Amino acid sequence: MRKDIVVIGGGPAGLAAAISAYESGSTDVMIIEREQRLGGILNQCIHNGFGLHTFKQELTGPEYSERYLKRLSELPIDIKLDTMVIDVTPQKKVIAINSSDGILEIEAGAVILAMGCRERPRGALNIPGFRPSGIFSAGTAQKFVNIDGYMPGKEIVILGSGDIGLIMARRLTLEGAHVKMVLELLPYSGGLKRNIVQCLNDFAIPLKLSHTVTRIHGKDRVTGVTIAQVDSELKPIRKTEQYVACDTLLLSVGLIPENELSRKAGVAINLKTQGPFVSNTLETSVPGIFACGNVLHVHDLVDYVSEEAEMAGKYAADYVKSNESSATTVKIETQQGVRYSVPSTVNPDLIDKFLVIRFRVTEVFENHIVTVAFDDQVLQQRQKRILTPGEMEQVLLPKAWFLKHPDLKSIQIRIAKEESQ
Amino acid sequence: MKDIREITCINCPLGCTLTVELEANEVIKVTGFQCPRGEKYARKEVLDPRRSITTILPVRGGDLPMVSVKTDGDIPKTKIKELILALKGIVLEAPIQEGQVVVADVCQTGVNIIATKTIQKQTP
Ligand SMILES: Cc1cc2nc3c(=O)[nH]c(=O)nc-3n(C[C@H](O)[C@H](O)[C@H](O)COP(=O)(O)OP(=O)(O)OC[C@H]3O[C@@H](n4cnc5c(N)ncnc54)[C@H](O)[C@@H]3O)c2cc1C
Ligand code: SF4
Repeated sequence: MRKDIVVIGGGPAGLAAAISAYESGSTDVMIIEREQRLGGILNQCIHNGFGLHTFKQELTGPEYSERYLKRLSELPIDIKLDTMVIDVTPQKKVIAINSSDGILEIEAGAVILAMGCRERPRGALNIPGFRPSGIFSAGTAQKFVNIDGYMPGKEIVILGSGDIGLIMARRLTLEGAHVKMVLELLPYSGGLKRNIVQCLNDFAIPLKLSHTVTRIHGKDRVTGVTIAQVDSELKPIRKTEQYVACDTLLLSVGLIPENELSRKAGVAINLKTQGPFVSNTLETSVPGIFACGNVLHVHDLVDYVSEEAEMAGKYAADYVKSNESSATTVKIETQQGVRYSVPSTVNPDLIDKFLVIRFRVTEVFENHIVTVAFDDQVLQQRQKRILTPGEMEQVLLPKAWFLKHPDLKSIQIRIAKEESQ
Repeated sequence: MKDIREITCINCPLGCTLTVELEANEVIKVTGFQCPRGEKYARKEVLDPRRSITTILPVRGGDLPMVSVKTDGDIPKTKIKELILALKGIVLEAPIQEGQVVVADVCQTGVNIIATKTIQKQTP
C-alpha cells in the first residue's frame, strides 16, 4: 500500500497534524492508533484546564479532543484503530499490525511521529521491599479510574507532587478514597500552585516536602510504607522514619517521550529531551520524517501540542509535494540557564511570519532576563518575573530579523541576571 | 476588626499570591493580582468560595463503561461532598452526546451535570 502521509498516533498531536496535512493539500492521509479510540491521553484527563489558549475557554481533556474529532469526521482521512505500528524504516516504510488486516506494510511519502510519551518505569526508583500489588503509576491509576471506573484502593499515599499526582489526589478523594498524604522528595512541588490549592488544600490533604518512601511493606498487597524526611543531599534521615498504613502507593514519577520507533527509523535523538532533534519545519534528521507533540518533548499545554502538530502537518504536505528536505543553515545554541530548545536548527526561508522557539530552563530563576542573540549580537531581552523548569517557555522571532541577517549562522538563547547591549 | 488573608489565585497557571483585607466581613482591599480575574476571584474566594467539579458516571450499553461529566457552572465549595453523594448510584444509558445534560439542577444548586465525552451505543 502507498500513502502520501502516515501519522503514527491519534492523540491531539496526531489529530491536528493529519487535519493540517489534509488542509495543506495532501489528500491521501492515514492515522494509525493502537487504542480503540482517538484522543490519546486526553481521554483520561477529565479535569478542566485545556484549550484556554486556542478556544478561550477552559475545557476538559475529552471536550478538547472532541473538537478535533468533529473536524476530522468531515474529512476523508483514513483511520486505523486498534492498530499498532511496530516498525518504521529510514526509507519511510511503516509496518503495523491489527487483528483484521494482519500485517500492514505502507510506503509513505512522509511520516509524522505523534506517539506521545509514557511514564518513567518504576525501575528508576529504588525502594526496598517486595513488589506487592497496590503500586501504580499515577497515569495508570488515572486510566483505571477515569476510563474503566475501577478504584485502585482505599487508603492511598502518593509519592511525587507533579501535576498528575496532584490531580489524582483529588480524583481519588472525590471517588471516596482516603488520600493520606502526598510526598515530595524536593523542597518544592513540581506541580502548579493552582493544583496544590484546588487538589490538596481544598480537601485538607497534607503535602510533605523533602520527604520520600524508604520502604514498602506487604507481600501480596501493600500494607503500608515507611516514610522519611530527606536532608539537603536528598538522603533519607533515619531518625525521622515513620510508618504509614495504606493499601495503595501511587508513583507520580514524570514522563519520557516514547521513541522506540523513531530510533528504529534512524532518527537522531536529543538526550536532553529524549525526543528527536528537529528543524523549524519539525523535520527530524531523516528526510521526510516529522515529529510533534509529546514524542518530541514533554508539553504542559495541549494548545502548544496542537499548534506544533499543525505546523508538522503543513510541512509534511509541502515535503510530499516537492520531495525536498529542508536544508537548514542556522543552528540554535542553548547557553547558560537553557536546558534545550525545539527546534535546534532553522531554515530561514521556511519561516512564515515568526519563528517560535520553545525551551525549558535548567533551574528556578526569579527576575531574570531571557536574551536572544543573532551571531552573538543581542537582539531581544525580556525581563521575566519567574522562570521554572516545570513550565515551557517560548520566544517569537519575527521573519524580518532573518531577512536583515542573510548570513546568519547561529542563534543564542540564555538566561542572565542583567545584561548590557 | 481587620482580617488579612493570603490566597492563591487558581484561574491560570501563574498562580498569583493575593492578599485580601477584610473588615466586618467585607473585602476592603485586594493586592497581588496580575489581571482583573484575580481580583474578582479573591473577592469571591474569601466570602463565597466556589468550584466546578469534574467526575465520571457509569454507562450501560456503551462503547466505554464510564462517561466523563462536569458541572456546567461552579457550586459552593461546601456542597462538593453533597453533590458527589447525590451522583452515587446514578447509571446512564448509551448513547450519550458530549454537552448533553445528564443530571439537571443537581442538589438544587441550579447547576447541571453535562457529559464531556460522546459514548456510542455498543452493538453486541
Ligand atoms: C495527566 C496529564 C495531565 C495533563 N493536564 C493538562 C492540562 O490540564 N492542560 C493542558 O493543556 N495539558 C495537559 N496535559 C498535557 C497534554 O494533554 C499532552 O501534552 C498532550 O495530550 C500530548 O499529546 P500527544 O498527541 O503528543 O500524545 P498522546 O495524547 O499521548 O497521544 C499519543 C497517541 O499515540 C498512540 N501510539 C503510541 N505509540 C503507538 C504505536 N506504536 N502505534 C500506534 N499508536 C501509537 C497512543 O496510543 C496515543 O493515543 C496533561 C498531560 C497528562 C499526561
Ligand atoms: S491574578 Fe490573573 S494572572 Fe494571576 S493567577 Fe489569577 S488569573 Fe492568572
